[in-house]
Amino acid sequence: MGIFTFQSLLPLMRARQGEAQTMADPFFNEMYAQDGLRPLYQRLENWYQNMPSEFRALKQAEAEDLFRRYGITFAVYGEGGDPDRLIPFDMFPRVFAADEWRRLERGIKQRARALNAFLSDVYDRGEIIRAGRIPADLVYRNEAYEVAVAGFRPPLGVFNHIVGIDLVRTGPDQFYVLEDNCRTPSGVSYMLENREVMMRMFPHLFQENRVAPVDNYARLLKRTLASVAPQKCERDPNVVLLTPGHFNSAYYEHSFLADLMGIELVEGQDLFVEGDFCWMRTTEGPKKVDVIYRRIDDAFLDPLCFRPDSTLGVPGLMNVYRSGGVTICSAPGAEVADDKAIYTYVPEMVRFYLGEAPILENVPTWQCAKPDDLKYVQENIAELVVKEVHGSGGYGMLVGPKSDKATIETFAAKLAENPSNYIAQPTLALSTCPTFVEDGIAPRHVDLRPYCLVGRDIELVPGGLTRVALTEGSLVVNSSQGGGVKDTWVIAEE
Amino acid sequence: MILNVLHKTRYDFQTPVRGIIQSLRLTPAKCDGQEVVDWRVDIPEAIMGTLFRDGAGDYIQAASIRMPCSHIEVTVSGTVDTTDTSGVLRGHRERVPPRAYMRATPRTKPNRAIRDLVETALKGQEETSALERAHLLCAAVADALPYKPGATHAHTTAAEAMNAGVGVCQDHTQVLIAAAHLADMPARYVSGYLNATEDGTPHEASHAWAEIFIDGLGWVGFDASNKSCPNEHYIRLGSGLDAQDAAPIRGLVLGGAEEKLDVTVVIEAQQQ
Amino acid sequence: MLSRTAANLFWMTRYLERSETTARLLDMGFRNALLPNTGGGFRNEWSAILQSKGALQEFTEKYGELKQRNIETFLFFDLDNPSSVAACLRAARENARIVRTALTSQVWDAINVSYQELKALQRRERSSLEVPELTDWSLRTAALIRGAIETTQLRNDGYQFMNLGYAVERADNTARLLDVKYYVLLPSVAYIGSGLDNYQWTALLRALSAHRAYSWAYGGELSAAQIAHFLILNPKFPRSLLSCCLEVNAHLDQLARIYDRSTPAQEAARKLLGELAEARMDDIFDEGLHEFLSRMISENAGLGQCIQDQYLTGDAR
Repeated sequence: MGIFTFQSLLPLMRARQGEAQTMADPFFNEMYAQDGLRPLYQRLENWYQNMPSEFRALKQAEAEDLFRRYGITFAVYGEGGDPDRLIPFDMFPRVFAADEWRRLERGIKQRARALNAFLSDVYDRGEIIRAGRIPADLVYRNEAYEVAVAGFRPPLGVFNHIVGIDLVRTGPDQFYVLEDNCRTPSGVSYMLENREVMMRMFPHLFQENRVAPVDNYARLLKRTLASVAPQKCERDPNVVLLTPGHFNSAYYEHSFLADLMGIELVEGQDLFVEGDFCWMRTTEGPKKVDVIYRRIDDAFLDPLCFRPDSTLGVPGLMNVYRSGGVTICSAPGAEVADDKAIYTYVPEMVRFYLGEAPILENVPTWQCAKPDDLKYVQENIAELVVKEVHGSGGYGMLVGPKSDKATIETFAAKLAENPSNYIAQPTLALSTCPTFVEDGIAPRHVDLRPYCLVGRDIELVPGGLTRVALTEGSLVVNSSQGGGVKDTWVIAEE
Repeated sequence: MILNVLHKTRYDFQTPVRGIIQSLRLTPAKCDGQEVVDWRVDIPEAIMGTLFRDGAGDYIQAASIRMPCSHIEVTVSGTVDTTDTSGVLRGHRERVPPRAYMRATPRTKPNRAIRDLVETALKGQEETSALERAHLLCAAVADALPYKPGATHAHTTAAEAMNAGVGVCQDHTQVLIAAAHLADMPARYVSGYLNATEDGTPHEASHAWAEIFIDGLGWVGFDASNKSCPNEHYIRLGSGLDAQDAAPIRGLVLGGAEEKLDVTVVIEAQQQ
Repeated sequence: MLSRTAANLFWMTRYLERSETTARLLDMGFRNALLPNTGGGFRNEWSAILQSKGALQEFTEKYGELKQRNIETFLFFDLDNPSSVAACLRAARENARIVRTALTSQVWDAINVSYQELKALQRRERSSLEVPELTDWSLRTAALIRGAIETTQLRNDGYQFMNLGYAVERADNTARLLDVKYYVLLPSVAYIGSGLDNYQWTALLRALSAHRAYSWAYGGELSAAQIAHFLILNPKFPRSLLSCCLEVNAHLDQLARIYDRSTPAQEAARKLLGELAEARMDDIFDEGLHEFLSRMISENAGLGQCIQDQYLTGDAR
């Protein structure tokens, strides 16, 4: 579920075809809208137009050199591959206006609150299920629902401390949430390093444009983690980051974040359980650990509670956790909110728990388990993206507009056989953003992942990770398939 | 009935190990028909964690030894006052929703044989009450798997036990769980003790049975090994999705070595 | 500090030192191969070098005959050979990568750039690479990294563990080197004390960057006893066993100060230093040089293990 292939997202939305889509460019261009250059990008256009191409090449090389030096050579979203591979960096920033961002921010925070309320609820009385707003089996029979933590309330009732919400834009005011990443979303180091590199290479750009800073992210993250220390912790909490190890493709990010926060980067073997606490092995003897920011999945956390063959976790950790000796972020069991089928109910959660109207929309989803939806999907299958409910990584899905007739027919047969195993979504017209190409700039499709922090407060730094499909016409933003990254700006008000 | 329990588990290691960590589900909780008079868990040299109650209402405790050792002995001793509730679990404080016990684990995944068993057992029983159907399943499992120790082992799955055609209480329980799931009834694995000396049945004193959730009644125990519901001869320790999840002791040896396991359980009804 | 972090720092420098030693051995072998083929000839010399690395059998299994080009490849590039320059540098870089944040950017840069350069060397046509270029590059790289550590790392516990790694590994390497040379060059005890006119000894000293230093210290005459003294007991020579042992003691003492706690490791180091500081060459020859060196190698390994147990596993209380 964490891996998101573009196909899952980028469907071109024929269902809503009509008005704007009949224009020459069916995609919203974030720099050049239908009525010309958006003022937001005025200064960047000047910057680009005054840039000699030799200078550009030089800067591009400099950027690569900087990234290599910083050692940012990891694959994002657990795609694996060569650990020394650089993800292409595009120097043309992606820009949001302050008012655009305000709305996004409200929407993202709202979603983060709703998701946490949902998790607190389903591990407690399950009011939303009793009220008939979400089917019980969708939650309780979900593999990610952890029986072992039912009835346990983590400090401050927070399950999901870092929520990465994947967004796409289809028009000036249309944003859709593609996915809520409730486990341990990766990629935030790119947000920070992209900015760092841009500021180093083009300082004057930041003098001209009032770009809101993102560099306090690490401080906020540390504060968020410290704020959920267990009650038993009586002093300054000892926060650690638990990594699966240096072979993990996101190891660089783990080490980068631990360093920025000034906390230890530990592996399972560095920790042990004794009595009511979890300890880390240091050169001066055992030291108590209060908060664990883990970057490993539930199944591997504790071989005495979950997978007995896990060597990445800490045996006995869940005992300490459940008796209040240590906080685990995100909380074990939080993964259940990270599910494709649950996703469709997030707007419902917003209404149920917060009594508010959802600010951010979901991609419209047809649940083939429902007869009406199934009928629609079967009639329009060539225009839709159809996915397995529990599938991930782009397997077991059909991208209607990109498939031939035979493939569609085969898939339709599978769908008819077991409709409840499938959902369907329209293909969305992803916005584009100017991107450097061989001879100048050209529009390329982008998405966005901002990182919302939930502890005593809810925080969102103004920015995020913008991924860009570097190949012309491509909607694939995955780094393994020719995707790159961009610095993401939020322009403060004049 | 007053039941006295003495349960010793001893591990001997061929070469000393660096340490041990265990999660223990060895302390019974109070419920209707089960009053804990006195209870102790002792492990010499071990540092014990706080006893806490999980969402399923079981008492859980960590124990660890972080120094070289060549053996470890877990001694459980205590007294429980029991009465017969016809297998119905009441007065047990728990937070896990019954529907969470509808999922199969690798150990309770059904196969063709289990599907057939359910189909046969419930044929024409659509109008029968859920409780009655649970009894039918329990009886069917008991008939399908005659009790035979040694033919299956600690990691045998429900499907494998069905193929073997024989089993012990663990196999009966896991097959019954799979069967109940197929009949759309939540079911779970319960581990505990059985005072079996009275009627001379051969079953181990360290015992396991299934609980099936019956709408309107709640969780009800079914012991397929004895084709009955738990009564005052049973002490309930805790539950889980399968034998591993509900194991009274889950442990890990640091610096693993060959180990020899020796378990003795003595249950005695106190003379009144 | 996390025990594992300390272990990574300790092993990072051990691998760096080992990589340098292998490069120096390669240099020595290369110089000897330039000499007129007298006595045992170069075959004997190369096999001694492989023996000192405990790798003769491994080499023969993989390459067969002792051809110089193959030996160069084996000692420098072969990743299957755990003590090749490339394998050690890769291991050092991997240890460094794991504890990136415990290193200054200069140190990481020095190690990482070296590794990138190594990869560039690996890509080059082998026939365009002469041994002097490879060994010069190795020694320059080693000095660069060591310099970056010395000039930029905070003098905290991590710094002490890095230096302990260097010193423990260096003591081991010097002892092995000397042991092998003695075995090959002095097959008979009768040679001990007699004057030596042997190019190969010169090559050894050169490989240790100690040729001129030796001349200054001992007046230029090569004698087995003096060379042994130089490499074992001379506190001025940075690769002597005594120097290494002094280093180990100094850094362990620093650790005891930083942590405000002494451990059996300090005790063990002091004991070894006590013996080396009092040793005289006569006693060493009485014991038998080979026997003495074997014992030193094992005691040094024991000290390394003690450091491991006390600081690097996190099991000590």
